[in-house]
Amino acid sequence: MDAVTAPALHALPAEWRDFVALTKPRVMSLVVFTGLCGMLAAPVQLHPVLAFTAILCIALGAGAAAALNMWYEADLDALMKRTAARPIPAGRMTREAALQFGVGLGVFSVVLMGVATNWFAAAVLAVSILFYVFVYTIWLKRRTPQNIVIGGAAGAFPPLIGWAAATGQADLLPLLLFALIFLWTPPHFWALSLFVRSDYANAGVPMLPVVAGARATRVQIMLYALPMAAAGVAPWPLGLAGPLYGAAAGALGLAFLLLSLRVLVNRATEPAAMKPEKRLFAFSILYLFGIFGALVADKALLG
Amino acid sequence: MIPNDPVTEEIRRRQRGRAVVMALALGAFVILLYLITIARVGGQG
Repeated sequence: MDAVTAPALHALPAEWRDFVALTKPRVMSLVVFTGLCGMLAAPVQLHPVLAFTAILCIALGAGAAAALNMWYEADLDALMKRTAARPIPAGRMTREAALQFGVGLGVFSVVLMGVATNWFAAAVLAVSILFYVFVYTIWLKRRTPQNIVIGGAAGAFPPLIGWAAATGQADLLPLLLFALIFLWTPPHFWALSLFVRSDYANAGVPMLPVVAGARATRVQIMLYALPMAAAGVAPWPLGLAGPLYGAAAGALGLAFLLLSLRVLVNRATEPAAMKPEKRLFAFSILYLFGIFGALVADKALLG
Repeated sequence: MIPNDPVTEEIRRRQRGRAVVMALALGAFVILLYLITIARVGGQG
């Protein structure tokens, strides 16, 4: 590569690794996990091959949405430290290649889901991809600080898709799981956007800390954490999950609330002093893994 | 024999890498489609 100069890089075909990077594999792991848990929590057991295919389709659908997001946001990504090394802003791939890859992968994932499981699950998968691309990425993200609130629904679909793949319908439990991730998304992203605020400000993205300031964002984090913790516990009193899940959801929700409270009382404006925000962001990922893991463990152990 | 310039070499290396990955993905897809058919037919039997 040393002999290949930077200007020549644009003329080169992208490497396969860049196409993988386009799918945001790290984000995909949480999507796959919640989709798998939604499927395992369902009362109907899928054939292992069909279950694997359904999860593969959820992963590919998420990858397609991520690729289309990077296609549309290449200009923003180039302005932010966190995203400047992505394949398009770094000049390793053309926008056209990302668009073609994203559309192709999205169509493939939906058709394969329909063929392997059922067309209801395929339709929900299609809606989730289209919602993420058109509603969140194209419509909301650059226009309103509520971008992550409404757009967060896109990330809430996987457990619903997993459940739909197994049962062919949507029920109360997957809808509650949808609500849980929907309410979890704002505190998760606002905690992050508090300590990378300057990145968003430089790129002109109207994230809440940029538009309303750190104080209002911290209050909003707390306001969303409360119903989120309640939605997390709700399946237990409603008889949709057992006491093991109830105890885990209660403990995890309480920890989330305590960390949100520490964020609320923090007055720091510099990222270096935003330890509570960083802790909440890291814990929020653990929270989602924990609560979905508890749901599956509860069903497996207690039936 | 004229040696290729570094850019041409790099293009070929990348095309080769993409072709290999594409071939593996297509092979995996064919096997998966076969297994899906078996699973679905078995489920109806």
